[in-house]
Amino acid sequence: MWKAIKRLTSFKNFYRFSGKLLPWFGAITLVLFLTGLYWGLVIAPIDYLQKDSYRILYIHVPAAWMSLFVYIVMAASGAIHLVWKTKLSEVIANSCAPIGATFTFLALVTGAIWGQPTWGTWWVWDARLTSELVLLFLYIGYMALHSAIEDRASAARAAAILAIVGLVNIPIIHFSVNWWFTLHQVASISVGKGSSLHPSMYWPLMVMTAAFKFYFATVLMMTARNEILERDQNSNWVREEEKNL
Amino acid sequence: MTPKRKRRLMMVLLIVLGVGTAATLALTAFNKNLMFFYSPSQIAAGEAPKNRYFRAGGMVQEGSLKRDKDGLTVRFVIHDNEKNLTVAYKGILPDLFREGQGIVAQGKIASDGVFIASEVLAKHDENYMPPEVAAAMKPKGIDKKPKGQ
Repeated sequence: MWKAIKRLTSFKNFYRFSGKLLPWFGAITLVLFLTGLYWGLVIAPIDYLQKDSYRILYIHVPAAWMSLFVYIVMAASGAIHLVWKTKLSEVIANSCAPIGATFTFLALVTGAIWGQPTWGTWWVWDARLTSELVLLFLYIGYMALHSAIEDRASAARAAAILAIVGLVNIPIIHFSVNWWFTLHQVASISVGKGSSLHPSMYWPLMVMTAAFKFYFATVLMMTARNEILERDQNSNWVREEEKNL
Repeated sequence: MTPKRKRRLMMVLLIVLGVGTAATLALTAFNKNLMFFYSPSQIAAGEAPKNRYFRAGGMVQEGSLKRDKDGLTVRFVIHDNEKNLTVAYKGILPDLFREGQGIVAQGKIASDGVFIASEVLAKHDENYMPPEVAAAMKPKGIDKKPKGQ
């Protein structure tokens, strides 16, 4: 069993398998984005209060969800790497950091752009906004720590521990709007309560959420493949790949 | 699982558990400081800081918005279904400011108990719907109930 997992997650197998998946994932991402953006920005009705400005949620909400999701993937890969010392999990964790940081940055910026006309301010230090900013610093800290340590094995270990410690921030971000009085509103969509978005606005959001998920998977594979090629550049299978180009 | 891996797995779980406990304790201890604003009930109970700027938040009472003779100062009442607080503000209100909507104001309590605000922010709720749906819901009285206050 252990041997089979090792073989399946070897750099060579991941590289070849992801190479086959990539075009499909890229195409699905593109179709979902075009559908979701057109549906959300053109077809969906205006909001009774915010008029057109609410449409930024089609970027803001999926980006914010992904910022949490990517962090969980990163910390889980880091933990797997710490315990089982598998090579692929280390590569996945490293590849997650810049992608997650981008989603977090996007969520913060779109939130500020929405906050200015809606709340009357770009930024407030309430629990939700502050904890999301901490998440951005965690991603940046992960990348900084990883690149600051010369030895690859110690760098991976230190970064993985940082990622696991930072995991505590994820429930804080998610529940901040319920635990404390914040300026940020409570969640519009939750598993237990359903949605307080009108269906005509809810479905394009779901398409955008799927688009972001596929985008993440696509970019994650591309980033991981880069790192794999770099690490295994002197191995036979990479030379073979080169010949096939 | 080899003993070495078992030990490392325990270490990972220990980190998660340890950090989780520490964070829970810290957040419980700082609970009050993490509140972005005070509700009218808390202010009435004297929990808000005196002689210092703080934020007060609540729903704007229907029909309470009044403009002073100078044409600049607005007065309105915010409530949390229990207590009321009169707010006076000189300046431009945010676009989303409406009666029945949540707001957060920064300022100080004057000696007459009126909250003198230097900044008023609109708090948006979690409901999104097209204008037709909102119009159809209003007469039936299925209006949103105040939440998160």
